[in-house]
Amino acid sequence: MAEIQSLMHGFGVALTLTNLLLMFTGVTLGVIIGVLPGLGGANGVAILLPLTFSMAQTPGGATSAIILLSCIYWGALFGGAITSILFNIPGEPWSVATTFDGFPLAQNGRAGAALTAAFTSSFFGAFVAVLVITFLSPVIAGFALEFGPPEFFSVYLLTFCAFIGTSKEPAFKTLAAMMLGFALAAVGTDPVTGTLRLTFGSTRLLTGFDFLVAVIGLFGIGEILLTLEEGLAFKGASAKLNLNVVLQTWKELPRYWMTSLRSAAVGCFMGIVPGGATPASFMSYGVARRFSPDGERFGTGKVEGVVAPETAAHAAGTSALLPMITLGVPGSPTAAVLLGGLMIWGLQPGPLLFVEQKDFVWGLIASMYLGNIAGLIVVLTCVPLFAAILRVPFSVIAPIIMVVCAIGAYTVHNAIFDVWMMVVFGILGYLFKKLQYPLAPLVLAIVLGDSAEASFRQAMLVSQGDMRIFFSNTLVGFLTTLALLLLLWPLLSWSLAKIRRTSA
Amino acid sequence: MTRFVPAAAMLAAALAAAPAVHAWEPTKSIEFIIPAGTGGGADQMARAIQGIVAKHGLMHQSLLPINKAGGAGAEGFLDVKSAKGDPHKIIITLSNLFTTPLATGVPFNWRDLTPVQMLALDNFVLWVNAKTPYKTPKDYVEAAKKAGPGKFKMGGTGAKQEDQIITAAIEQRTGAKFTYIPFKGGGAVATQLVGGHVDSTVNNPIEAVAQWRAGNLRPLCVFDLKRLPYKQKVTKDMAWGDIPVCKDAGLDVDYLMLRGIFMPPGVSQDQVQYYIDLFKKVMATPEWQKLMEDGAFNRTALVGKEYADWVAKEEARHVSLMKAAGFMAGGGK
Repeated sequence: MAEIQSLMHGFGVALTLTNLLLMFTGVTLGVIIGVLPGLGGANGVAILLPLTFSMAQTPGGATSAIILLSCIYWGALFGGAITSILFNIPGEPWSVATTFDGFPLAQNGRAGAALTAAFTSSFFGAFVAVLVITFLSPVIAGFALEFGPPEFFSVYLLTFCAFIGTSKEPAFKTLAAMMLGFALAAVGTDPVTGTLRLTFGSTRLLTGFDFLVAVIGLFGIGEILLTLEEGLAFKGASAKLNLNVVLQTWKELPRYWMTSLRSAAVGCFMGIVPGGATPASFMSYGVARRFSPDGERFGTGKVEGVVAPETAAHAAGTSALLPMITLGVPGSPTAAVLLGGLMIWGLQPGPLLFVEQKDFVWGLIASMYLGNIAGLIVVLTCVPLFAAILRVPFSVIAPIIMVVCAIGAYTVHNAIFDVWMMVVFGILGYLFKKLQYPLAPLVLAIVLGDSAEASFRQAMLVSQGDMRIFFSNTLVGFLTTLALLLLLWPLLSWSLAKIRRTSA
Repeated sequence: MTRFVPAAAMLAAALAAAPAVHAWEPTKSIEFIIPAGTGGGADQMARAIQGIVAKHGLMHQSLLPINKAGGAGAEGFLDVKSAKGDPHKIIITLSNLFTTPLATGVPFNWRDLTPVQMLALDNFVLWVNAKTPYKTPKDYVEAAKKAGPGKFKMGGTGAKQEDQIITAAIEQRTGAKFTYIPFKGGGAVATQLVGGHVDSTVNNPIEAVAQWRAGNLRPLCVFDLKRLPYKQKVTKDMAWGDIPVCKDAGLDVDYLMLRGIFMPPGVSQDQVQYYIDLFKKVMATPEWQKLMEDGAFNRTALVGKEYADWVAKEEARHVSLMKAAGFMAGGGK
């Protein structure tokens, strides 16, 4: 097969000592970036981009440069899970769904297992995505072209619908939290008319509410407030330090093969479309919860609940590079910065890149295999170390978390105002938990509200207000129907059961 | 508000302070504000400049690009406006320098800033899907008129910004009516056109070139005042210079977008001169030449009064275009 041959050639390009060193450097840097909330993968890559400028001008240098930058990206994907599991603070937007089961696991003293499951699933997701890129890239690059505004909206709708009803809280509380999230997402610039809205004349609110600030506050600060109230005790402190935790968790993981495969498929789909890693992780968690035999107990610390979002996030994050390479459309903020990098290095992303820059493209694909292996090695060897952080007394670690959170919130827009917003969100997060409102729908709506609104209104412009556009072709019709089915699933299964009972 | 300065940069500043070549030299890292998101045209240019400065060692201090994209760039402009007298801050502009205050009513104007240097002007090209039969802008506009108002869809980046203003200008000149659909980025716009979800775009050359070379898109005309000077073949049989000028091809609209540098208000002439000299050196590098050619830029580069005059003239034009299109905040005062 031509692909195998090209791939082997790619390994030839990527497997030099320098490139291997760059991989490990990149992954390690990326993990650090992923751990620090606020300093996202996109920022990390952007900061290092100019350094690669002279690097890219030596022969084969562009490949080394993209290997370094893409490995930072892999590292950030891995690293985002660490703080989600240990402290309930997602380092990256796509790790929010990981907190739902990851943090309870850590509280039950199984932080090591949660971390191992997260890293291994990340690797699995990325691996599936790279296989897809290797063998199916021409086909799927064409598939992404099918996506216009109505298709994008139906994908977002699918994400919301897959997620609704997955929280233990009453449906109306979920709905209320989600609506509040939409309202917060609407602050700032109107995507279609370009005018400002809901800023109340304040220039501070021009930028809207950044997702990262909201998450750092809602989860990080909110969690610390709760722990303070509960008497400064870290529930994870009982975590036993066991070097075999990796092997033990690996024994458990094959049980979740169905969830893994489904999540990888969801992730690849969302990456290619490109919808992004964040909706992929939420959608995958929602779907896993619904279809897993153990779904009812999701959210109480199930390993499967970590496997689903992590597999999907990594599969999406990896496959998002495909539309970037073939179409010049970035599937994630980090991919957008990498795209800028390609152009600065004098490479032109687009349909011809595969033809004209074979060395570069296949070198990059080969480095995806190698980089993810490098990443897995780096993070797995550190699992006991990360888990040990939980043994540090809370009175020591809480101030550190507060400072890191504040720096993270400040970094988003270089504005002290965001640090105050973080505190406000922290109090909101505390109140939500006290009143037993779910945080996840709020966060989901803040993340995706803007994009969902933009694509809905674009679709309405195209159809001049005709809602039938969401059923106007097979693809969009299928997605919309699937979304509605998922939304109404509880009602459907309930009435089906009733019919069966009456006919019996 | 305190500014974040890395300790290493402070140390470097202390060491580098000794020999003074210019009347003024930066004494700490320079914030390079980008009033747009990561990955866009302004962002790419700013980061390329950062790379060139670092590679050729053109400055003792480092240049730190910071994206402040909120409120269609208002966040970045307000930041620079409020940093009165701060010589360690520069901003790269795009057309939102004019369009954002007009469309949103956010209180700033280019006169609040100190003009430094025009780096280049970015071009716009009218693109259609290569599968459609339109060969000239006239064909296309006629077809749009025939189909009826709002039937043809124009895709573009952002709302009430350059792409929509060009669309409005086309409508005002020809009487055709398009449905304008705003997307997030230039790459997404080009992809929507290839996928047949919109009928045309006015993408910048660099945003659509890959799809043009792959035979998916067809350029109808360029909105510059004269043909582009780039003769090297981009596709099998065409160079940028082979694309006709819209004015000559029967579509009397021209538009160029400013890629220029401004400083905060209240800085001294010595400080402005430092940056003018710096950018002179940047623009002489082979990397910059390549960037200009790859992106098919119009290489007008003005400084001083000529630059300020150009900006004033463009501002007046944006006001009249946006008034006519009804894009002004508060009902067009």
